[in-house]
Amino acid sequence: MRKRRRSETGPKIGLVLIGLYFLVPLVSTGAFSFWEGGNRYGLRAYVALVHEQQLWQSLGLSLRLAIETILVGLVILVPAVFWMNLRVQRLRALFDFVSVLPFVVPPIALVAGLTALYRGPSWFVGTANYLVVPYVILALPYTYRALEVGMRALDLRTLTEAAQSVGAGWLSIMFRVIVPNLSTALIGAALLTIAIVMGEFTFANILLFNTFAVYINYVGQTAATEAAALTLLSFLITWLAMLGVLLTGRGQVQIGGAR
Amino acid sequence: MSEAATAAGAPTRAHRAGLFARSGGVLTLIFVGPFLLYVAAFLILPTLMLLATAFSGAHGFTWRYVGELDQAQTLIAFRNSIELSAASALVGLVIGALAAYFVMRPGMPRGLGSLVTTFSAVAANFAGVPLAFAFIATLGSLGVITVWLKSIGIDLYGAGFRLYSILGLVIVYAYFQVPLMIIVITPALEALRKQWREAAENLGASSVDYWRYVGLPILLPSLLSAYILLFGNAFSAYATPYAISSGIVALVPVEISNVLSGNVMLSPQTGAALAFGMILVMVAVMGLYALIARQVGRWARP
Repeated sequence: MRKRRRSETGPKIGLVLIGLYFLVPLVSTGAFSFWEGGNRYGLRAYVALVHEQQLWQSLGLSLRLAIETILVGLVILVPAVFWMNLRVQRLRALFDFVSVLPFVVPPIALVAGLTALYRGPSWFVGTANYLVVPYVILALPYTYRALEVGMRALDLRTLTEAAQSVGAGWLSIMFRVIVPNLSTALIGAALLTIAIVMGEFTFANILLFNTFAVYINYVGQTAATEAAALTLLSFLITWLAMLGVLLTGRGQVQIGGAR
Repeated sequence: MSEAATAAGAPTRAHRAGLFARSGGVLTLIFVGPFLLYVAAFLILPTLMLLATAFSGAHGFTWRYVGELDQAQTLIAFRNSIELSAASALVGLVIGALAAYFVMRPGMPRGLGSLVTTFSAVAANFAGVPLAFAFIATLGSLGVITVWLKSIGIDLYGAGFRLYSILGLVIVYAYFQVPLMIIVITPALEALRKQWREAAENLGASSVDYWRYVGLPILLPSLLSAYILLFGNAFSAYATPYAISSGIVALVPVEISNVLSGNVMLSPQTGAALAFGMILVMVAVMGLYALIARQVGRWARP
């Protein structure tokens, strides 16, 4: 009896220590963001940030890129995964393999390859929208996994045949039958993509676009307390996205793309 | 009965085969084509381009740039990256597994499990620049903990500690490695049956015996594959070390970015060769992962 009691105290202490490791940087960052020099604390960093045009621009840009990434990713993946599950199951091994390739090619290597390969056209490569190209690749493993799990849970053959028997074409099958049935998987994939894109730094920094993460880094070189405030904001965004993923269930949460 | 089934089945099959012959190929192209084309154009071709660049000199094919990978500076970068990844993966593995195990112990507060899962999901995805700043505010030369420790007489930086060192980076990386480990290992821990432990105890095994002869051997493939995953995770990290900056420790991703941004006098080919070297390491890592994952799959299905 006594032995069991002692063995429960150990794990609790262990967990508290691990918890402290995770809590202290957040609390420190929070405290730092309120620091106004000397012994004064206040909201100065936050007030300064609210009036910072560039913050809103970079935040808006990252959000826009996240939405574009979600759309492009879904447009190429939903039909492919649907058709693979319905008709060409022999492609499954290929799909599974392709979906882990983004882990094998680190972002920094991919950006090197992309810049070596594509120099133009400048109306595309020269605008921030170009970032959507690698971001779709970054999000691919998660989007694929979410869609694959979601589609496997559906009886695609019956759904398709039922829709066809009432005269639906492939387009309306996709938009009016498959997509509504996949809403949980789609929301999970979308939220995870938001978390990845909002924190992505590698591509944006190398390709010189002023996204949210690049802006945080820029602020960090000049205004430390404001950078701390932005760090907290970034943590909050990740929290919200992940909470959404977990609440919608089934979402596979593993490695993000921001490292 | 069986006759009827055959009669009903045969036309359907023929009908399907006919459909496939008429429009299946075109439809497959329409549905699957864009996806495969996208991956080919924006993932596979760029990777092949790296390969081509790494091996091409002014007069066609050359080993020169890949050969230069064994230069002292490059070797140091690769050694640092591998050391850092190996160490941070080990820290993540041990602490993550312990945390996951502790959380599952009976007698822990209700709701702790879901809190830890949620937080792990957040922390595993909270990396890069913000993470770097959080640690600069904590353990940087003016960080909260650094200042506090100094006030009680422990001078971290006086003792030679730097946030941008292998040790410092291991501490920072643990912030995404430990949660990732918790996420990866929890299912494997949950699969350990209580009966196995009870059986072992009935046969007179102590807690140490149980882990030594039953628990750990069963978990070993999962632990190995988790370790490899964590290694790869740390190896390709770029934003975090970049933002902590001050460049005392050379790491491969940061070196590549220096080449790409023109910060150092190195040829694009050298950058490509470095990137190619990284991909080689990752291929080895993921190959091992797939091999072990298959083994785990075989063990998991009784």
